[in-house]
Order: sequence, then C-alpha cells, then structure tokens
Amino acid sequence: MIMETLLTPTLELDKEGYLKNPAQWTPELARDFAAKANLVLTDKHFEVLNWLRAKHAEGVPLTIRKVGASGIVDIKKFYELFPGGPLKVSSKIAGIPKPASCI
Amino acid sequence: MIDTLEKPDVQLTQEEKQLKRVLIICSKGKLEDVYAALVMANGALMEGIEAKMFFTFFGLEAITKKGADHLHTATVGNPAFMPAMPTLLAGLPGFEAFASFMMKKEMDKLDMPHVTEFFEMIEAGGGEIFACKLAADMFHLKKEDMLPQVKDIITVGDMYALAAGDRTQIIFI
Repeated sequence: MIMETLLTPTLELDKEGYLKNPAQWTPELARDFAAKANLVLTDKHFEVLNWLRAKHAEGVPLTIRKVGASGIVDIKKFYELFPGGPLKVSSKIAGIPKPASCI
Repeated sequence: MIDTLEKPDVQLTQEEKQLKRVLIICSKGKLEDVYAALVMANGALMEGIEAKMFFTFFGLEAITKKGADHLHTATVGNPAFMPAMPTLLAGLPGFEAFASFMMKKEMDKLDMPHVTEFFEMIEAGGGEIFACKLAADMFHLKKEDMLPQVKDIITVGDMYALAAGDRTQIIFI
C-alpha cells in the first residue's frame, strides 16, 4: 500500500515534490515520502518531523543549526536520520516547503 | 526580494549526475573569505555533497585555537568596504576591530554561527578539515595549536588525493 497516499488526487505537490499545503500532512503520508527516499521512519524521525512542523507553523525560518539546538537531535544525528541533505529531505517528509536557508 | 525557492533551470540528462564531492581550499584569513569557505562547505553537505576543506597560508589562522573566533575584515585595501571611507581614516588604530565587530553583529542577526561552531557543524555533517603542511611549517604551527576538528596536516599531494574521483570540484579562495 506504499505510495497510496501520494497518489491521492487532492494532494498538491510543487514541481520539486514538496507538499503545498502542510495541513494535508498525515503520518502515513510521511511514511510514503520517506519510502520514496528509501527511509523507514522511527519514533525519533517523527519527533524531528513534528518539531519541524511546529516551528514552520510558528513561522520560524528553519536551519540545520536550529535543528541542532532543538534538544531533539544534534546535528550529527540529524545527518544520520535524514541522509543526503537532511534539512531538505526532512522538510519534504514533514510536508513543509523547501527550506530557503543557506546555513 | 529574490525568490530563492525556484529551482534553477538546469536539466540533468541521464548521463549527468549531481556533484559528488567538493574540495574547498581557503588560502586567506579575512573574515569574509573564511566565511565564504565555511558557507560553501556546509552548503554542500546540506545538499548531500561531500565536503573537504584545506586551509593554507593565511587561511591557517581560521583553524587555530587562538585565531578562529577573532578573524578580522580588511578595512584598508578593500574598496567595496564603505566606499566613501578615506583609506587614511580606515587605517586608524581600532577601526578594523570596530568594523569586524559590526560585521559579526550583522552575522549574528542572520543566525550565522561563529567560526568554531561552523567547524563543529561541518564535522557533524561529515565534512573533513585539513591543514597545509608547508604553510604550517612556515608559521610554526603544530596540530595542537589547531582546532580539534582539524583531521590532519597534509601535503599538497595528499590534498589532490582528497579531490580524487569524477564529479569532484575544487574551489579556491
């Protein structure tokens, strides 16, 4: 059933595959996004995803440094959890826009 | 404001792949040059690109325990810095320290980490930091004078070995 939620016709993605409306996010959707990136989500992943979503909802611009100071993961662990560009990969899975940060 | 969210219009063909690795050589010790190197190395890691850094000549100052968090910007011989400022005034004692202080304050506003914290971030992201043997000998610097993130003091030949493989780019600052 993987990818099923990604095929939902009402789901709007931008041209890079980020969810346009964060309110449409569900944990199942996160698992499908993760599967596309060859990741299996653990509780720790979800802790990070929920933190990212909360900060995004508050309007805080996200950086790797801020994630490192979140108290949930340090930067090294963040890279381990979401390999290949952690902030971009995690933002996509968290259903929030592509981060516009340079740091 | 520039829309940074738009994907640059680069289409990779099937044979082309994204960069795999960058080697960033930093030969200068001015605040802005060192930050350019740090931002590019960290930025590469953020994109899933391997990053190696090689510090040589005055760039070595950035990886010393004493110097790393006390880098200055040049107020003399730097025409883009306050163009209306006469060179003679910009050279007054304390002016460079003041200008560097102001620049760091602006960087803090942008949530830019200090140099030592930047190195910690780069190491945590899997980046590797090296020092140039010839320059270290010249400035009488030893490994214990350098930040703990410095992996080794290496020769120019070792440096090229870091950039081995295709899809690698060398950036010189």
